[in-house]
Amino acid sequence: MASESEEPFRPEADGVNDHCIFGHPETRRRFIKQVAGTSVAIAIGPNILTSTSASQPVSTTTAAAIDSVKVTLNINGKKYALEVDPRVTLLDALRERLRLTGSKKGCDHGQCGACTVLVSGKRINSCLTLAVMHEGDEITTIEGLASGDELHPMQSAFIEEDGFQCGYCTPGQICSAVACVKEGHANSDDEIREWMSGNICRCGAYPNILAAIKAAKTKTLT
Amino acid sequence: MSPFTYSRAANADQAVTAVSGKTPGKFLGGGTNLLDLMKMGVETPNELIDINRLPLVQIEELPDKRVRIGALARNSDVAEHALIKSRYPVLSQALLSGASPQLRNMATVGGNLLQRTRCYYFYDPAFPACNKRKPGSGCGALEGYNRIHAILGQSEQCIATHPSDMCVALAALDAIVSVRGSNGERQIAFGDFHRLPGNTPQRDTNLAPDELIVAVDLPAMPFAARSHYLKVRDRASYAFALVSVAAALNVDSNTKIKDARVALGGVAHKPWRANAAEKKLIGQDANEKTFRAAAEAELDAAKGYKYNSYKIELAKRSVIRALEIVAGMTL
Repeated sequence: MASESEEPFRPEADGVNDHCIFGHPETRRRFIKQVAGTSVAIAIGPNILTSTSASQPVSTTTAAAIDSVKVTLNINGKKYALEVDPRVTLLDALRERLRLTGSKKGCDHGQCGACTVLVSGKRINSCLTLAVMHEGDEITTIEGLASGDELHPMQSAFIEEDGFQCGYCTPGQICSAVACVKEGHANSDDEIREWMSGNICRCGAYPNILAAIKAAKTKTLT
Repeated sequence: MSPFTYSRAANADQAVTAVSGKTPGKFLGGGTNLLDLMKMGVETPNELIDINRLPLVQIEELPDKRVRIGALARNSDVAEHALIKSRYPVLSQALLSGASPQLRNMATVGGNLLQRTRCYYFYDPAFPACNKRKPGSGCGALEGYNRIHAILGQSEQCIATHPSDMCVALAALDAIVSVRGSNGERQIAFGDFHRLPGNTPQRDTNLAPDELIVAVDLPAMPFAARSHYLKVRDRASYAFALVSVAAALNVDSNTKIKDARVALGGVAHKPWRANAAEKKLIGQDANEKTFRAAAEAELDAAKGYKYNSYKIELAKRSVIRALEIVAGMTL
C-alpha cells in the first residue's frame, strides 16, 4: 500500500508551484507533512498508480500487454506531458503525479464531490473520469482559481463566512460553487442547496457554505 | 481495477470495428457508471474505446418535427436545451432530478440508457449471489434486504430495478433509439430497448455487443408540453427514485382526456410504460376518480417483497399526484 508520505515533499516537483488552496504557501497540507515527517504513513487508500486491487488477481499476460498512454494535460494554464496507465483517473493524476493535491479523494465513487474540478468551465467529478480522456481539455483545479496572491472571490467568501470546519470537502465545494454561480443556479437559498447537492460536507457546514456562495455571488456580480 | 487497453475512436464505424475485436471491449462515454463499476470489480472489460470525440452531441429538430438528441449529448445540456424544456418538460425535469450537477455534466444520453441497476447485491461482488452479475448464482435480494427493488415485471431470477430517471421520461415519450453495429444502423422502439429479467437477467437491453447508440429521437407530441416528472426519494436531492412517474395528458376543452402517457420508474427491471393506466384514462374526465382508477389498474399486478411492499401504495399515490399536477397545468 502506497502512502502519501513515502516521498519527501518537493514544492517544485514536476514544475508545479506551491499548492495554494487559499493562496498561501503554508497550507494545512504542508503543515501536516512537516509535522508527520516521512516515517509516518498516512494511508489514504489503494493507489492504482503503483499497485492493482488485491481483490482482483491480474493475469500476467494481460498485465504485460497494458501499455502506458501518453497524454498532455492543460491544467491551470500549464501543460503537463505524462505517461500513465490508462486506469489512472484524472484525480489520481492530479494528486499523485502532479502534486496538485488540492482536489481531494473522498469516496472515489462520484458520490461526495470532494474531487470536483472544472473542465472547460464545467464542474465534474475528477474521480470518475480517466486522465487519458482529457487530452487538450482546459482543466481548472482549486489551485488555479486565485490570481497570484489575490484569492478568487469564492475563496475569500468561504474564509469570511467560515464555510468549513475540517476543510476536506472545501476545495470541491469552492470549485462547485464557482460553477454554480456561473451557471446561474444561485438565485435563491433553495436553488443553491439543490445545485450544490453533489458536494457533501461531513462536518455539516452547509449554512455557512450557503452564506459564502451568496456573498461571493453578490461580489462577483456587483 | 482490472487492466485494460485504451483507444480513442475518431468516428462511429471505427468505434464499432474496435469493439468487435477479439477481446471483450466496451465503449467509454461519460464513464460515470462504467468506471464506478470497474472500480467495484463488477465490470472488467479488457478494452475501452473512448467515444467522446465522436460528433454525436447535437440536439436538433428534424424536418418532420421530431427532435434528435445525439448519444453523446450530456445530461445537463439536454436538460437545459430550449427545445426540450418547451416541448418535453417531463424529460428536462427527469434529467434534473437525477444525480448531481457534476455527474450530469459528464453523463451522456447513450450511457444513461445503459446504466446498470443499483441493487446492492449486484453492485458488490462480495455478495456471492446475483444472477445478473453471475448467471446461475441466485438472487440475493429475493430473501434479502429488498427495499429498493421491483414490484412489477420481476422474475424469480431477479428483482432489480432500472435506476434511470431520464429513461422513464423517454418511455412515456415513445422515443426511438438509433444504433449502429457491424451490420449497419437500426432503430429500436424505446419499449423494446430494455428487457424484463425473465431467465436472462444478465441482459439489461436488446443491444448487441457490437452496437453503438448514436441518437435518441423524440417524436413530435404537442401535448407533451403539458407533462411532468414526479420523483419520490429518501432525500430531497441526489438520491435514486423509490418511485417516479412521468406523465403527459392531452385534455380537451371539456376536460375529457383525449390522450395520455404514463411511465413509472423505480418499480421494474425496465422503465415501466403504464399501458393499463393509459387505457383507463383515455376518454374519461380528467379528475381524481379517473386518476385513481388508472393507478389501481396499473398496480393490480404488482407484487411486493418483505421490505418493498410500501412501493405498491406509493406508486398508486404517485400516479394520482403526477396526473393531478399535469391536469392542473395551464399552457
